Amino acid sequence: MDLRVKLSGLDLKNPVMTASGTFGYGLEFAPYGDLRTLGGIVVKGLSLKPREGNPMPRVAETPSGMLNAIGLQNCGVEAFLKRRLPSLPWRETPIVANLYACDPDEFGELASILAAEEGVAALEVNISCPNVKAGGVLFGQDPALAASVTEAVKKRAGNKPVMVKLSPNVADIAAMAKAVESAGADILSLINTLTGMSVDVRTRKPRLANVVGGLSGPAIKPVALRCVWQASRAVKIPVVGMGGIASALDVLEFILVGAHAVQVGTANFIRPDFSFRLVEELPALMQRMGVTDLDELRGSLKTG
Amino acid sequence: MPLNRCHDVKVIALNPHGPEGLEHGLWLLELENPGFPDVRPGQFAMLRPPSWGFDPLWARPLSICRALPDRWVFNFLVAGRGTSALTRLKPGDTVTVWGPLGNGFAVEPGTRTLMLAGGIGLAPFVEYTAAHPAPGQLSLLFGHRPPLSCYPYEDLARLVPCESFQDKTPEDIPRFVALVEKHMSEHAGGLALACGPTPFLRTVQAAAKKFGVRCQISLENRMVCGVGACLGCVAADKDGHNVQTCTKGPVFWSGDITL
Ligand SMILES: Cc1cc2nc3c(=O)[nH]c(=O)nc-3n(C[C@H](O)[C@H](O)[C@H](O)COP(=O)(O)OP(=O)(O)OC[C@H]3O[C@@H](n4cnc5c(N)ncnc54)[C@H](O)[C@@H]3O)c2cc1C
Ligand SMILES: Cc1cc2nc3c(=O)[nH]c(=O)nc-3n(C[C@H](O)[C@H](O)[C@H](O)COP(=O)(O)O)c2cc1C
Ligand code: FES
Repeated sequence: MDLRVKLSGLDLKNPVMTASGTFGYGLEFAPYGDLRTLGGIVVKGLSLKPREGNPMPRVAETPSGMLNAIGLQNCGVEAFLKRRLPSLPWRETPIVANLYACDPDEFGELASILAAEEGVAALEVNISCPNVKAGGVLFGQDPALAASVTEAVKKRAGNKPVMVKLSPNVADIAAMAKAVESAGADILSLINTLTGMSVDVRTRKPRLANVVGGLSGPAIKPVALRCVWQASRAVKIPVVGMGGIASALDVLEFILVGAHAVQVGTANFIRPDFSFRLVEELPALMQRMGVTDLDELRGSLKTG
Repeated sequence: MPLNRCHDVKVIALNPHGPEGLEHGLWLLELENPGFPDVRPGQFAMLRPPSWGFDPLWARPLSICRALPDRWVFNFLVAGRGTSALTRLKPGDTVTVWGPLGNGFAVEPGTRTLMLAGGIGLAPFVEYTAAHPAPGQLSLLFGHRPPLSCYPYEDLARLVPCESFQDKTPEDIPRFVALVEKHMSEHAGGLALACGPTPFLRTVQAAAKKFGVRCQISLENRMVCGVGACLGCVAADKDGHNVQTCTKGPVFWSGDITL
């Protein structure tokens, strides 16, 4: 069975990528499976300078999901390129850098640093983080701002494909998708987390020091499917779907509503070999369903 | 091919620990040995029965109390949803396990080593004592609330000199703090290792500093992935940097970490 996917210049051997922030810098998961078998690895969001992130507690468990307010703690782009990237199997599996910055210029600067790296296959622009005060989700809520960040990255990204990651925390996801498509995005990815909160009645305190955080995991899958469906119908560029994927069947659901590939996030915490197992399970499931090519399924949702 | 250090194993046995364990929520869980490479005492594993579905979502971290050729033994206290769900396991049920995780305690065969345990913080010291090449160097101070019979204390007391202190009322806490200080003051030049609730670790940290004892403390931060990826378990090191408790710890030199 041929599971290859082409995403405007980003070629994957299968549609299963790991989602930013849930797979570390990749090597954390090397004891649990062969990184080379994955369709792609999206690393933890990188900023120009290292960041310490938000105060603790910054995670909370919720029914079938979790809240996080990590606040983009990361080692900074330089340390990633020097100390992490060389150990990753980047010749065999595309490594996608996830970018976070406070303004379009800084996004552009990050993009130009990453574009110069052979080991970086594509850039994913995070305009949708709900956990940082400056920029963050704001970029992802205003089509004009989202477009300006996309343009700034695209201008400095050389020949690397630029994937823009959308937030579900908007009234009209199709409008956002169109705005970043016209600004030059090569690929869309969605969804980032939904803004949420959790309260401890006993202490009368929020469970996160940041008060609010991003909801992820199986609980958000219905929202994610809806967003992917609406966005993929609005644009011509390929769409990578994510949000609550926790089985091979979930992958096919995302493909049906229009995704070309998927990213697995919170499920990597359910068990650390989750993504590797998913890659193994997908062909067997397709066979059982009589599907030989994902193209047969893609966007074939019957809506009456 | 990398070895996958995440396996589904079967429950061999699950019982309250001792005659009063059930009353106090203390349990002994025995799982098939998942067959991973060497366990260092002080390391832990993430445990998650697939029967949980998506709720609870996260696995729960437990110290490896014994790593025997045929099984891994855990001693746990019911703290909330996850640990109470663990008490409903039956022999033959499946549990997904990944580990051994974290760094473990220092083993210095030539150094007098004082183990300081608070409550269920005793668990890693059972393996530590069993695996130590020179148990003659070891001693234990154990502070607890439920009766001793709820803990694997007897196993330890057979092997090394132990002192226990049951804290029954709030007034007992200063007396226990004084006891920790007394042991530390007699331990200059030695190594101290501590595991237990955070207020207990703070006491130990302060005493170690006061008496100049080299000391390691094991933190029990809430874990999500256990492998260093989610950054949900961080603690602040002495320079104010957030470090993962699951991979840089759970054991830290006491002067290197802010509690
Ligand atoms: C490295 C490590 C080793 C551990 N070893 C053991 C062990 O050997 N035996 C044992 O009984 N427990 C151990 N713990 C603690 C155990 O993991 C927690 O008690 C458990 O995760 C709580 O889950 P729960 O669903 O029952 O509680 P929840 O319903 O999630 O929470 C109930 C209460 O427990 C508190 N809590 C949650 N997680 C932790 C935590 N990690 N540490 C302390 N309090 C917590 C919560 O704040 C809340 O007040 C260890 C923890 C770590 C990080
Ligand atoms: C702990 C955690 C950290 C995350 N960090 C990032 C990040 O740095 N950049 C980013 O674009 N998305 C980040 N995300 C969002 C995920 O990549 C993903 O979009 C989201 O979790 C939804 O997918 P899921 O339900 O499969 O987890 C993070 C999510 C979690 C749970
Ligand atoms: S539990 Fe995920 S980084 Fe430590």
